[in-house]
Amino acid sequence: MDRRKSIKSIILGGVAGGLAINGCKPGTEGEAGAAEALVQEEKHFGRTPEEKELLKKLHAEQFFNEHEMATLGVLCALILPANGTYGSATDAGVPDFIEFMAKDIPAYQTPLQGGLMWLDHKSNKDYGVEFKTATEAQQKEILDAIAFPDKENPTYEQQFFSLIRNLTVTGYYTSKEGIEDLGYKGNSPNVWDGVPEDVLAKHGKSYDPEWLAKCVDQSKRNEMAEWDDEGNLLT
Amino acid sequence: MQIKESSEIYDVIIVGSGAGGGMATKQLADAGLNVAVVEAGPFFDPADPKTMNQLKWNYESPRRGANTTRAFGEFDAAYGGWEIEGEPYTREPGTEFDWFRSHMLGGRTNHWGRISLRFGPKDFKGKTRDGHGEDWPIGYEDVKPYYDKVDKLIGVFGTNEGLENDPDGFFLPPPKPRLHEIFYINGAKKAGIPTIPGRLSMLTKRINTERGVCFYCGQCSRSCSVYADFSSGSCLIFPAQKSGGRIKLYVNCVVREVTTNEEGKATGVSYISKDDRKEYKLRGKVVVLAASACSSARILLNSKSKQHPNGLGNSSDLVGKYLHDSTGASRAAFVPALMNRKVSYNEDGVGSNHVYSPWWGDNSKLDFPRGYHIEVGGGMKMPGYGFSFNPNEFNKFFGLKVGGYGDSLRDDVKKYYGSVLGIAGRGEGIARKENYCEIDPTTVDQFGIPVLKFNYKWSEFEKNQAKHMQDTFEEIFHNIGAEPLGEKPGKDRDYGLEAPGRIIHEVGTTRMGNDPKTSVTNKFNQLHDVDNVFIVDAGPFTSQADKNCTWTILALSWRASDYIIEQLKQQNI
Repeated sequence: MDRRKSIKSIILGGVAGGLAINGCKPGTEGEAGAAEALVQEEKHFGRTPEEKELLKKLHAEQFFNEHEMATLGVLCALILPANGTYGSATDAGVPDFIEFMAKDIPAYQTPLQGGLMWLDHKSNKDYGVEFKTATEAQQKEILDAIAFPDKENPTYEQQFFSLIRNLTVTGYYTSKEGIEDLGYKGNSPNVWDGVPEDVLAKHGKSYDPEWLAKCVDQSKRNEMAEWDDEGNLLT
Repeated sequence: MQIKESSEIYDVIIVGSGAGGGMATKQLADAGLNVAVVEAGPFFDPADPKTMNQLKWNYESPRRGANTTRAFGEFDAAYGGWEIEGEPYTREPGTEFDWFRSHMLGGRTNHWGRISLRFGPKDFKGKTRDGHGEDWPIGYEDVKPYYDKVDKLIGVFGTNEGLENDPDGFFLPPPKPRLHEIFYINGAKKAGIPTIPGRLSMLTKRINTERGVCFYCGQCSRSCSVYADFSSGSCLIFPAQKSGGRIKLYVNCVVREVTTNEEGKATGVSYISKDDRKEYKLRGKVVVLAASACSSARILLNSKSKQHPNGLGNSSDLVGKYLHDSTGASRAAFVPALMNRKVSYNEDGVGSNHVYSPWWGDNSKLDFPRGYHIEVGGGMKMPGYGFSFNPNEFNKFFGLKVGGYGDSLRDDVKKYYGSVLGIAGRGEGIARKENYCEIDPTTVDQFGIPVLKFNYKWSEFEKNQAKHMQDTFEEIFHNIGAEPLGEKPGKDRDYGLEAPGRIIHEVGTTRMGNDPKTSVTNKFNQLHDVDNVFIVDAGPFTSQADKNCTWTILALSWRASDYIIEQLKQQNI
């Protein structure tokens, strides 16, 4: 896209939504079938060559084995299951996110891998099956015992659960589905003109009229600023 | 080794392209001078889609914005960080300093908070006021005309409040406060702390036809693709190029030293090209250092010659001394009255606080001599990596169980979304000779250039100030019925006072003064020892203020540039 044109369109707010999704690179969508790693690398993030190199390296590695990935799939869907409106954390791709984060932040590797092994150990011991194939009731019985961490001295099992729960929730709410579920309205061109009346009323707040009088009149935002010699804005 | 030397002799060589270097580039090129700008990092234009981060979603990245590669998150615009591979710095054991560098055209102006505060009349005369530090050789009246011009050239929103030490200016109108900011205003008022609209260099209104108007995405830290916020490239260097200025950009070029002749005058700079790792020389009539306070000190200290055996401009032995950063401490709280928010609207606003509290206290009645201002954070932000870690931790304030899993977690996340208020203090520390950077004779970087070693300790003044911040924060939180999070940092943790350098307002390493024995530069940012070398970053600051330093860097760089033009005309340099 031509740079001047792209600036103009953002100012006008017209195509900015499309910009955000396509990364302003025509043709990206058309290259279907390319490996995910390649697509990721193609996306623009103002990344430095070193950062691109790191991404490429991490994408080429696989940390969790197939069984662990399958277990993560079951676990993430227990932590944030589908409801009537939205899919589960697993549907939103959270296991892949956790796989990436384990490579990106290596300190996560041992607690995650060890925690998953402990899950199987516990399930085998109590029910004679691996965690992923246990019944939902059995799985929940295991989780119930570790999902409410001791405030002072959480056990390693509790710490594992808190970590996997944090990654699941953050992974879900940073996904496209999760953002829609949350209802976040930003990250798009906007004209901020204060907190809506109904929201102010809900929280029992109001604007100080004296303060408001100093604020920008958004209907004049495109008029060129001019001042008198004392710094009083004239336009 | 043969060092390649340019045949062209530039009128001015400017080292660094951040706030100070950008302003010097604009003023000197606009005056018709032939300018070379030498920048350690790559070219960067916030409008280039290839390098643009603005309006990206976290799900477009596999790490969802985590800060693995960039300290302030992977979408932050700065190329660099607290540590840069192959370019180390060291610290005297038992002392602290963290140094944030951003190597790219525009430097740290690409990602900063855009808080643009003028120093006030009292800020230039600290010693007269309380006996600490040193007075500047200039006063507010010397800088005011330049602050006025900077306001108009670059654009800053705010309000004229008639405050004695927070001067009025030529402001664009500010945006209305967000919901959490209304809570803050009320809580601060009850504590007797005045709050006024923020003062940020973002265009809430058009100031020219070249730059766009803010569209309230809250992402100034990613650098604005429509140039609606201030960064040095978009607002200074590119416009100077566009209007026909003779500007040659040398990017990916790391300056090693200022070269000098037999008479001890500067003849140019030598630099290492990152592209071929060879050393080159540029020749110029005037050298302007704007590499950042510490980097410029490093260049001077490394510029040793027969004529300048102690480093360039260092006959006073003060280059690197009086290093000081802003103080900083913060606290966050859970605000029950901000629970269960309506998510019906876009609350991003501008990329920093719409309101702030300038220093209100009377230091003569306190156990610390200088003030601080308060910044506010919060709101319904875009979820990124780390969002809703411990999603129902605030249950503990209601005697409910913390933890669990299942569909109810979604309710917890929504219940608490946007209910945290953060408050941070940014204050003035005293410039002290004992706090300094120097060359570490035992360590070089990957380009063979000796690196800096830092030696910095906060004094009781700064710690007392941090204690006052913490008590103030708690009072404000109490006033709005908020529950402060975590333990209140006590004496054992210096009351939460951040390590020196963490606020990224480091100044003072080439301080200005009238006496060449007690200062490095004169009141026009010119080295006392070498009249064709100027420093236009924050190095010449005689003292910080309870303000951020960028607007003063810009004003002083413009003032120094006017002086350079005049001196060249008069053939004095």
